Amino acid sequence: MCLAVPGKLLSTQGEDPLERSGRVSFGGVIKEVSLACTPEARPGDYVLVHVGVAISIVDAEEAEETFRYLRAMGELEGLGAETATSPP
Amino acid sequence: MKFIDEYRDSALVRTLAGAIARTAKRPWTVMEICGGQTHAIVKFGLDELLPPAVTLVHGPGCPVCVTSAEMIDQAIALSLRPGVTLCSFGDMLRVPGSGIDLLTAKARGGDVRMVYSPLDAVRLAREHPGREVVFFAVGFETTAPANAMAVLRARREGLPNFSMVVSHVLVPPAMRAILGSPDNLVQGFLAAGHVCAVMGTGEYGPIAREFGAPIVVTGFEPVDILEGLLRCLRQLEAGRAEVENAYARVVRPEGNKAARAIVGEVFEVVDRDWRGLGSIPGSGLALRQEFADYDAPRRFGLHAPPKAPPGECISGQILRGLKKPFECPAFGTRCTPEHPLGAPMVSSEGACAAYHRYRLRSRSETAA
Repeated sequence: MCLAVPGKLLSTQGEDPLERSGRVSFGGVIKEVSLACTPEARPGDYVLVHVGVAISIVDAEEAEETFRYLRAMGELEGLGAETATSPP
Repeated sequence: MKFIDEYRDSALVRTLAGAIARTAKRPWTVMEICGGQTHAIVKFGLDELLPPAVTLVHGPGCPVCVTSAEMIDQAIALSLRPGVTLCSFGDMLRVPGSGIDLLTAKARGGDVRMVYSPLDAVRLAREHPGREVVFFAVGFETTAPANAMAVLRARREGLPNFSMVVSHVLVPPAMRAILGSPDNLVQGFLAAGHVCAVMGTGEYGPIAREFGAPIVVTGFEPVDILEGLLRCLRQLEAGRAEVENAYARVVRPEGNKAARAIVGEVFEVVDRDWRGLGSIPGSGLALRQEFADYDAPRRFGLHAPPKAPPGECISGQILRGLKKPFECPAFGTRCTPEHPLGAPMVSSEGACAAYHRYRLRSRSETAA
Protein backbone atom coordinates (compact mmCIF):
# COMPACT_ATOMS: atom_id res chain seq x y z
CA MET A 1 0.00 0.00 0.00
CA CYS A 2 2.87 2.32 0.78
CA LEU A 3 4.38 1.49 -2.61
CA ALA A 4 6.09 4.56 -4.05
CA VAL A 5 7.99 4.67 -7.32
CA PRO A 6 10.84 7.02 -8.33
CA GLY A 7 10.41 8.85 -11.63
CA LYS A 8 12.07 11.73 -13.45
CA LEU A 9 10.25 15.06 -13.38
CA LEU A 10 10.03 16.37 -16.97
CA SER A 11 8.03 19.59 -16.58
CA THR A 12 5.88 21.42 -14.06
CA GLN A 13 2.72 23.47 -14.35
CA GLY A 14 0.67 25.71 -12.06
CA GLU A 15 1.84 28.11 -9.35
CA ASP A 16 -0.83 27.55 -6.70
CA PRO A 17 0.69 25.32 -3.97
CA LEU A 18 -2.26 22.91 -3.85
CA GLU A 19 -2.68 22.65 -7.63
CA ARG A 20 0.96 22.48 -8.77
CA SER A 21 1.62 19.37 -10.82
CA GLY A 22 4.23 17.84 -13.08
CA ARG A 23 4.76 15.29 -15.82
CA VAL A 24 6.84 12.41 -14.48
CA SER A 25 8.50 9.67 -16.54
CA PHE A 26 8.63 6.20 -14.98
CA GLY A 27 11.05 4.43 -17.32
CA GLY A 28 9.25 6.02 -20.27
CA VAL A 29 5.68 5.79 -18.96
CA ILE A 30 4.56 9.36 -18.34
CA LYS A 31 2.00 10.34 -15.70
CA GLU A 32 0.63 13.56 -14.29
CA VAL A 33 1.63 13.87 -10.62
CA SER A 34 0.73 16.34 -7.86
CA LEU A 35 3.69 18.38 -6.60
CA ALA A 36 1.76 19.95 -3.71
CA CYS A 37 4.04 18.21 -1.17
CA THR A 38 7.30 18.89 -3.04
CA PRO A 39 7.18 22.63 -3.80
CA GLU A 40 10.95 22.70 -4.39
CA ALA A 41 10.91 19.97 -7.10
CA ARG A 42 12.37 21.11 -10.44
CA PRO A 43 12.53 19.43 -13.85
CA GLY A 44 15.37 16.90 -13.88
CA ASP A 45 14.79 15.89 -10.25
CA TYR A 46 13.75 12.35 -9.41
CA VAL A 47 10.60 12.37 -7.30
CA LEU A 48 9.13 9.49 -5.30
CA VAL A 49 5.45 9.10 -6.22
CA HIS A 50 2.73 7.49 -4.10
CA VAL A 51 -0.95 7.36 -5.25
CA GLY A 52 -0.43 10.25 -7.64
CA VAL A 53 1.42 12.53 -5.19
CA ALA A 54 5.19 13.17 -5.05
CA ILE A 55 6.14 12.66 -1.38
CA SER A 56 9.93 13.10 -1.59
CA ILE A 57 12.73 14.21 -3.89
CA VAL A 58 15.38 11.50 -4.28
CA ASP A 59 18.75 12.81 -3.06
CA ALA A 60 21.25 11.60 -5.68
CA GLU A 61 24.26 12.49 -3.49
CA GLU A 62 22.98 10.38 -0.60
CA ALA A 63 22.35 7.52 -3.02
CA GLU A 64 25.93 7.76 -4.33
CA GLU A 65 27.28 7.89 -0.77
CA THR A 66 25.50 4.61 0.05
CA PHE A 67 26.99 2.94 -3.02
CA ARG A 68 30.49 4.18 -2.18
CA TYR A 69 30.12 2.63 1.26
CA LEU A 70 28.68 -0.64 -0.07
CA ARG A 71 31.37 -0.96 -2.77
CA ALA A 72 34.07 -0.38 -0.19
CA MET A 73 32.52 -3.11 1.92
CA GLY A 74 32.46 -5.45 -1.09
CA GLU A 75 36.13 -4.76 -1.83
CA LEU A 76 37.09 -5.35 1.77
CA GLU A 77 35.23 -8.61 1.71
CA GLY A 78 37.00 -9.63 -1.53
CA LEU A 79 40.30 -8.76 0.11
CA GLY A 80 39.38 -10.79 3.19
CA ALA A 81 38.50 -13.81 1.05
CA GLU A 82 41.80 -13.58 -0.85
CA THR A 83 43.81 -13.39 2.32
CA ALA A 84 42.00 -16.40 3.69
CA THR A 85 42.55 -18.57 0.62
CA SER A 86 46.02 -17.45 -0.51
CA PRO A 87 48.92 -19.58 0.65
CA PRO A 88 51.10 -18.10 3.40
CA MET B 1 14.69 2.20 -13.90
CA LYS B 2 17.07 4.52 -12.07
CA PHE B 3 17.02 4.24 -8.25
CA ILE B 4 15.48 0.75 -8.57
CA ASP B 5 17.66 -1.49 -10.76
CA GLU B 6 20.94 -0.73 -8.99
CA TYR B 7 19.33 -1.73 -5.67
CA ARG B 8 18.70 -5.23 -7.05
CA ASP B 9 22.38 -5.88 -7.85
CA SER B 10 23.14 -9.51 -7.00
CA ALA B 11 26.83 -8.90 -6.12
CA LEU B 12 25.85 -6.23 -3.58
CA VAL B 13 23.14 -8.49 -2.19
CA ARG B 14 25.68 -11.29 -1.69
CA THR B 15 28.14 -8.88 -0.07
CA LEU B 16 25.49 -7.73 2.38
CA ALA B 17 24.30 -11.29 3.10
CA GLY B 18 27.92 -12.22 3.87
CA ALA B 19 28.31 -9.27 6.21
CA ILE B 20 25.06 -10.20 7.97
CA ALA B 21 26.24 -13.80 8.46
CA ARG B 22 29.50 -12.57 10.03
CA THR B 23 27.74 -9.96 12.20
CA ALA B 24 25.06 -12.14 13.80
CA LYS B 25 26.77 -14.09 16.59
CA ARG B 26 23.63 -14.75 18.62
CA PRO B 27 19.98 -15.42 17.67
CA TRP B 28 18.01 -12.26 16.86
CA THR B 29 14.42 -11.56 15.83
CA VAL B 30 13.84 -8.45 13.72
CA MET B 31 10.49 -7.24 12.41
CA GLU B 32 10.02 -5.39 9.13
CA ILE B 33 7.06 -3.12 9.62
CA CYS B 34 5.85 -2.51 6.10
CA GLY B 35 3.95 -4.97 3.93
CA GLY B 36 5.85 -3.68 0.89
CA GLN B 37 9.06 -4.84 2.58
CA THR B 38 7.46 -8.20 3.44
CA HIS B 39 6.49 -8.66 -0.20
CA ALA B 40 10.04 -7.86 -1.40
CA ILE B 41 11.65 -10.17 1.21
CA VAL B 42 9.53 -13.15 0.19
CA LYS B 43 9.56 -12.35 -3.55
CA PHE B 44 13.35 -12.04 -3.75
CA GLY B 45 13.94 -14.82 -1.19
CA LEU B 46 16.01 -12.50 1.04
CA ASP B 47 15.05 -14.43 4.19
CA GLU B 48 16.57 -17.56 2.63
CA LEU B 49 19.95 -15.78 2.39
CA LEU B 50 20.07 -15.19 6.15
CA PRO B 51 21.96 -17.29 8.68
CA PRO B 52 19.77 -19.49 10.96
CA ALA B 53 20.46 -17.11 13.87
CA VAL B 54 18.51 -14.28 12.22
CA THR B 55 14.71 -14.45 12.07
CA LEU B 56 12.69 -11.88 10.16
CA VAL B 57 9.07 -11.57 11.28
CA HIS B 58 6.49 -9.71 9.30
CA GLY B 59 4.78 -6.71 10.80
CA PRO B 60 1.32 -5.13 10.63
CA GLY B 61 2.22 -2.63 7.88
CA CYS B 62 -0.57 -3.45 5.48
CA PRO B 63 -3.38 -0.93 5.94
CA VAL B 64 -6.07 -3.01 4.26
CA CYS B 65 -5.09 -5.94 6.52
CA VAL B 66 -5.70 -3.95 9.71
CA THR B 67 -8.84 -2.04 8.65
CA SER B 68 -11.59 -3.27 10.96
CA ALA B 69 -14.41 -5.45 9.63
CA GLU B 70 -16.88 -2.87 11.03
CA MET B 71 -15.34 -0.10 8.88
CA ILE B 72 -15.56 -2.32 5.78
CA ASP B 73 -19.20 -3.14 6.64
CA GLN B 74 -19.92 0.61 6.72
CA ALA B 75 -18.37 1.09 3.28
CA ILE B 76 -20.36 -1.87 1.94
CA ALA B 77 -23.60 -0.45 3.37
CA LEU B 78 -22.87 2.89 1.69
CA SER B 79 -22.04 1.27 -1.65
CA LEU B 80 -25.46 -0.39 -1.74
CA ARG B 81 -27.34 2.90 -1.26
CA PRO B 82 -28.99 4.31 -4.39
CA GLY B 83 -27.14 7.36 -5.70
CA VAL B 84 -23.82 6.52 -4.01
CA THR B 85 -20.56 5.76 -5.84
CA LEU B 86 -18.06 4.12 -3.47
CA CYS B 87 -14.42 4.15 -4.53
CA SER B 88 -11.20 2.91 -2.99
CA PHE B 89 -7.82 1.35 -3.76
CA GLY B 90 -7.95 -2.04 -5.51
CA ASP B 91 -6.72 -4.08 -2.53
CA MET B 92 -9.49 -2.78 -0.31
CA LEU B 93 -12.26 -4.07 -2.54
CA ARG B 94 -11.44 -7.75 -1.92
CA VAL B 95 -11.12 -7.73 1.87
CA PRO B 96 -14.17 -9.30 3.52
CA GLY B 97 -15.99 -7.37 6.23
CA SER B 98 -18.00 -9.46 8.69
CA GLY B 99 -19.81 -10.95 5.68
CA ILE B 100 -19.15 -9.94 2.07
CA ASP B 101 -16.48 -7.74 0.44
CA LEU B 102 -16.94 -4.63 -1.70
CA LEU B 103 -16.56 -6.50 -5.01
CA THR B 104 -19.47 -8.75 -3.96
CA ALA B 105 -21.44 -5.60 -3.14
CA LYS B 106 -20.65 -4.45 -6.69
CA ALA B 107 -21.95 -7.76 -8.07
CA ARG B 108 -25.14 -7.16 -6.10
CA GLY B 109 -25.67 -3.82 -7.84
CA GLY B 110 -23.56 -1.42 -5.74
CA ASP B 111 -21.61 1.25 -7.69
CA VAL B 112 -18.09 0.34 -6.53
CA ARG B 113 -15.05 1.72 -8.38
CA MET B 114 -11.33 1.11 -8.10
CA VAL B 115 -9.19 4.27 -8.21
CA TYR B 116 -5.42 4.81 -8.32
CA SER B 117 -5.46 8.05 -6.34
CA PRO B 118 -7.90 9.85 -4.02
CA LEU B 119 -7.58 12.76 -6.45
CA ASP B 120 -9.31 10.49 -9.03
CA ALA B 121 -12.24 10.22 -6.61
CA VAL B 122 -12.45 14.03 -6.48
CA ARG B 123 -12.50 14.04 -10.29
CA LEU B 124 -15.37 11.52 -10.27
CA ALA B 125 -17.33 13.83 -7.93
CA ARG B 126 -16.66 16.77 -10.26
CA GLU B 127 -17.75 14.83 -13.36
CA HIS B 128 -20.85 13.27 -11.76
CA PRO B 129 -22.56 16.03 -9.77
CA GLY B 130 -25.74 13.96 -9.54
CA ARG B 131 -24.02 11.18 -7.54
CA GLU B 132 -22.67 11.09 -4.00
CA VAL B 133 -19.02 10.04 -4.37
CA VAL B 134 -17.57 8.42 -1.23
CA PHE B 135 -13.87 7.58 -1.00
CA PHE B 136 -12.90 4.80 1.41
CA ALA B 137 -9.67 6.38 2.68
CA VAL B 138 -7.33 3.75 4.08
CA GLY B 139 -3.60 3.97 4.56
CA PHE B 140 -0.66 4.77 6.78
CA GLU B 141 1.10 8.12 7.11
CA THR B 142 2.42 7.67 3.54
CA THR B 143 -1.08 7.96 2.06
CA ALA B 144 -2.41 10.62 4.46
CA PRO B 145 -1.11 13.64 2.45
CA ALA B 146 -2.90 12.48 -0.73
CA ASN B 147 -6.13 11.79 1.16
CA ALA B 148 -5.95 15.14 2.97
CA MET B 149 -5.28 16.88 -0.33
CA ALA B 150 -8.45 15.32 -1.80
CA VAL B 151 -10.51 16.92 0.98
CA LEU B 152 -8.83 20.32 0.52
CA ARG B 153 -9.43 20.22 -3.24
CA ALA B 154 -13.08 19.21 -2.83
CA ARG B 155 -13.56 22.11 -0.41
CA ARG B 156 -11.84 24.60 -2.69
CA GLU B 157 -13.93 23.47 -5.67
CA GLY B 158 -17.09 23.57 -3.54
CA LEU B 159 -17.98 19.97 -4.42
CA PRO B 160 -21.03 19.15 -2.28
CA ASN B 161 -21.11 15.48 -3.35
CA PHE B 162 -17.68 14.30 -2.11
CA SER B 163 -17.07 12.63 1.25
CA MET B 164 -14.85 10.00 2.89
CA VAL B 165 -14.91 7.01 5.19
CA VAL B 166 -11.58 7.56 6.96
CA SER B 167 -9.77 4.49 8.29
CA HIS B 168 -6.27 5.89 8.62
CA VAL B 169 -3.73 4.18 10.87
CA LEU B 170 -0.41 5.34 12.34
CA VAL B 171 2.71 3.19 12.60
CA PRO B 172 4.58 4.28 15.79
CA PRO B 173 1.69 3.48 18.20
CA ALA B 174 1.47 -0.01 16.68
CA MET B 175 5.22 -0.50 17.23
CA ARG B 176 4.72 0.45 20.88
CA ALA B 177 1.81 -2.00 21.17
CA ILE B 178 3.92 -4.82 19.71
CA LEU B 179 6.97 -4.11 21.92
CA GLY B 180 4.80 -3.68 25.01
CA SER B 181 2.91 -6.94 24.55
CA PRO B 182 3.85 -9.63 27.15
CA ASP B 183 4.46 -12.26 24.45
CA ASN B 184 6.58 -9.96 22.27
CA LEU B 185 9.45 -11.61 20.37
CA VAL B 186 10.69 -8.56 18.41
CA GLN B 187 14.15 -7.22 19.35
CA GLY B 188 14.65 -4.67 16.59
CA PHE B 189 12.69 -2.97 13.83
CA LEU B 190 13.15 -2.10 10.20
CA ALA B 191 10.97 1.03 10.10
CA ALA B 192 8.78 1.73 7.07
CA GLY B 193 10.75 4.02 4.75
CA HIS B 194 7.88 5.76 3.04
CA VAL B 195 6.02 6.45 6.29
CA CYS B 196 9.24 8.15 7.45
CA ALA B 197 9.54 10.06 4.14
CA VAL B 198 6.38 11.89 5.22
CA MET B 199 6.69 11.96 9.02
CA GLY B 200 10.46 11.97 9.57
CA THR B 201 12.22 9.98 12.27
CA GLY B 202 11.49 12.06 15.38
CA GLU B 203 8.84 9.73 16.81
CA TYR B 204 11.17 6.72 16.96
CA GLY B 205 13.86 7.89 19.40
CA PRO B 206 11.61 7.62 22.48
CA ILE B 207 10.42 4.14 21.40
CA ALA B 208 13.98 2.87 20.83
CA ARG B 209 15.06 4.19 24.25
CA GLU B 210 11.99 3.06 26.21
CA PHE B 211 12.02 -0.52 24.89
CA GLY B 212 15.75 -0.89 24.19
CA ALA B 213 15.07 -1.80 20.57
CA PRO B 214 17.12 -0.47 17.63
CA ILE B 215 15.00 1.06 14.85
CA VAL B 216 16.52 1.37 11.38
CA VAL B 217 14.62 3.32 8.71
CA THR B 218 14.71 1.02 5.69
CA GLY B 219 13.78 1.12 2.00
CA PHE B 220 12.10 -1.47 -0.19
CA GLU B 221 14.60 -2.94 -2.64
CA PRO B 222 16.78 -5.98 -1.81
CA VAL B 223 19.94 -3.93 -1.18
CA ASP B 224 17.97 -1.46 0.97
CA ILE B 225 16.40 -4.20 3.10
CA LEU B 226 19.65 -6.09 3.72
CA GLU B 227 21.51 -2.87 4.53
CA GLY B 228 18.80 -1.95 7.04
CA LEU B 229 18.98 -5.42 8.56
CA LEU B 230 22.79 -5.34 8.77
CA ARG B 231 22.70 -2.00 10.59
CA CYS B 232 20.01 -3.28 12.96
CA LEU B 233 22.04 -6.43 13.74
CA ARG B 234 25.22 -4.40 14.36
CA GLN B 235 23.30 -2.41 16.96
CA LEU B 236 21.85 -5.54 18.58
CA GLU B 237 25.27 -7.20 18.80
CA ALA B 238 26.77 -4.03 20.28
CA GLY B 239 23.92 -3.61 22.78
CA ARG B 240 22.84 -0.30 21.24
CA ALA B 241 19.22 0.82 20.69
CA GLU B 242 19.28 3.88 18.43
CA VAL B 243 17.45 5.27 15.44
CA GLU B 244 19.43 4.99 12.20
CA ASN B 245 18.49 6.03 8.69
CA ALA B 246 19.42 3.46 6.02
CA TYR B 247 17.18 5.16 3.43
CA ALA B 248 18.77 8.60 3.37
CA ARG B 249 18.21 9.18 -0.35
CA VAL B 250 14.48 9.47 0.40
CA VAL B 251 14.03 10.13 4.16
CA ARG B 252 15.03 13.40 5.87
CA PRO B 253 15.01 13.51 9.68
CA GLU B 254 12.26 16.12 9.69
CA GLY B 255 10.18 14.30 7.04
CA ASN B 256 8.24 16.26 4.45
CA LYS B 257 7.14 19.56 6.01
CA ALA B 258 4.62 20.48 3.29
CA ALA B 259 3.00 17.04 3.51
CA ARG B 260 2.86 17.12 7.31
CA ALA B 261 1.23 20.56 7.21
CA ILE B 262 -1.52 19.33 4.85
CA VAL B 263 -2.14 16.24 7.00
CA GLY B 264 -2.28 18.32 10.20
CA GLU B 265 -4.74 20.77 8.67
CA VAL B 266 -7.27 18.08 7.73
CA PHE B 267 -6.82 15.21 10.19
CA GLU B 268 -6.53 14.75 13.94
CA VAL B 269 -5.22 11.80 15.96
CA VAL B 270 -7.85 9.42 17.40
CA ASP B 271 -7.94 5.92 18.92
CA ARG B 272 -8.36 3.20 16.32
CA ASP B 273 -9.40 -0.46 16.22
CA TRP B 274 -6.91 -2.61 14.31
CA ARG B 275 -8.18 -5.84 12.83
CA GLY B 276 -6.44 -8.68 14.65
CA LEU B 277 -4.69 -6.36 17.14
CA GLY B 278 -7.60 -4.60 18.88
CA SER B 279 -7.88 -0.95 19.90
CA ILE B 280 -4.62 1.02 20.06
CA PRO B 281 -4.72 4.50 21.68
CA GLY B 282 -3.80 7.41 19.42
CA SER B 283 -3.18 5.14 16.45
CA GLY B 284 -5.56 6.57 13.85
CA LEU B 285 -6.43 9.72 11.95
CA ALA B 286 -9.94 11.16 11.55
CA LEU B 287 -11.29 14.31 9.90
CA ARG B 288 -11.10 17.43 12.07
CA GLN B 289 -14.39 19.01 13.17
CA GLU B 290 -14.13 21.77 10.56
CA PHE B 291 -14.13 19.11 7.82
CA ALA B 292 -17.10 17.21 9.31
CA ASP B 293 -19.12 17.90 6.13
CA TYR B 294 -16.78 15.50 4.34
CA ASP B 295 -17.29 12.72 6.90
CA ALA B 296 -19.40 10.11 5.07
CA PRO B 297 -20.74 8.17 8.12
CA ARG B 298 -21.94 11.47 9.57
CA ARG B 299 -23.37 12.71 6.26
CA PHE B 300 -25.36 9.51 5.78
CA GLY B 301 -26.32 9.06 9.44
CA LEU B 302 -24.48 5.74 9.82
CA HIS B 303 -24.04 4.40 13.32
CA ALA B 304 -21.08 2.36 14.41
CA PRO B 305 -22.06 -1.21 13.53
CA PRO B 306 -21.87 -3.97 16.14
CA LYS B 307 -18.51 -5.67 16.56
CA ALA B 308 -18.11 -8.64 14.26
CA PRO B 309 -17.26 -11.92 16.03
CA PRO B 310 -13.71 -13.10 15.29
CA GLY B 311 -13.50 -15.80 12.62
CA GLU B 312 -10.96 -18.58 12.05
CA CYS B 313 -8.27 -16.17 10.78
CA ILE B 314 -5.26 -15.85 13.13
CA SER B 315 -4.20 -12.51 11.60
CA GLY B 316 -3.52 -11.02 15.06
CA GLN B 317 -0.75 -13.54 15.69
CA ILE B 318 0.58 -13.19 12.14
CA LEU B 319 0.69 -9.37 12.36
CA ARG B 320 2.57 -9.45 15.67
CA GLY B 321 5.10 -11.93 14.33
CA LEU B 322 4.06 -14.70 16.76
CA LYS B 323 3.15 -17.14 13.98
CA LYS B 324 4.21 -17.64 10.38
CA PRO B 325 1.52 -18.18 7.72
CA PHE B 326 2.43 -21.90 7.38
CA GLU B 327 1.52 -22.40 11.04
CA CYS B 328 -2.13 -21.54 10.39
CA PRO B 329 -4.26 -24.67 9.87
CA ALA B 330 -6.38 -22.88 7.25
CA PHE B 331 -3.40 -21.65 5.16
CA GLY B 332 -3.60 -22.79 1.55
CA THR B 333 -6.61 -25.04 2.24
CA ARG B 334 -9.68 -23.22 3.55
CA CYS B 335 -7.91 -19.87 3.11
CA THR B 336 -6.49 -18.94 -0.33
CA PRO B 337 -6.14 -15.66 -2.26
CA GLU B 338 -9.28 -16.61 -4.22
CA HIS B 339 -11.27 -17.36 -1.05
CA PRO B 340 -9.56 -15.50 1.80
CA LEU B 341 -10.68 -15.95 5.40
CA GLY B 342 -8.79 -12.85 6.44
CA ALA B 343 -7.07 -9.77 5.12
CA PRO B 344 -3.39 -10.94 5.17
CA MET B 345 -4.36 -13.42 2.43
CA VAL B 346 -5.97 -10.69 0.30
CA SER B 347 -3.51 -7.88 -0.16
CA SER B 348 -0.36 -8.66 -2.15
CA GLU B 349 1.45 -7.11 0.82
CA GLY B 350 -0.19 -9.39 3.36
CA ALA B 351 2.25 -11.98 4.72
CA CYS B 352 -0.09 -14.91 3.93
CA ALA B 353 -0.64 -13.84 0.32
CA ALA B 354 3.12 -13.38 -0.20
CA TYR B 355 3.87 -16.84 1.22
CA HIS B 356 1.06 -18.37 -0.82
CA ARG B 357 2.36 -16.80 -4.03
CA TYR B 358 6.09 -17.36 -3.63
CA ARG B 359 6.56 -20.18 -1.12
CA LEU B 360 3.91 -22.80 -1.78
CA ARG B 361 5.99 -24.53 -4.46
CA SER B 362 9.33 -24.49 -2.63
CA ARG B 363 7.59 -25.85 0.46
CA SER B 364 5.95 -28.74 -1.39
CA GLU B 365 9.32 -29.51 -3.05
CA THR B 366 10.96 -29.62 0.37
CA ALA B 367 8.20 -31.89 1.66
CA ALA B 368 8.57 -34.19 -1.36
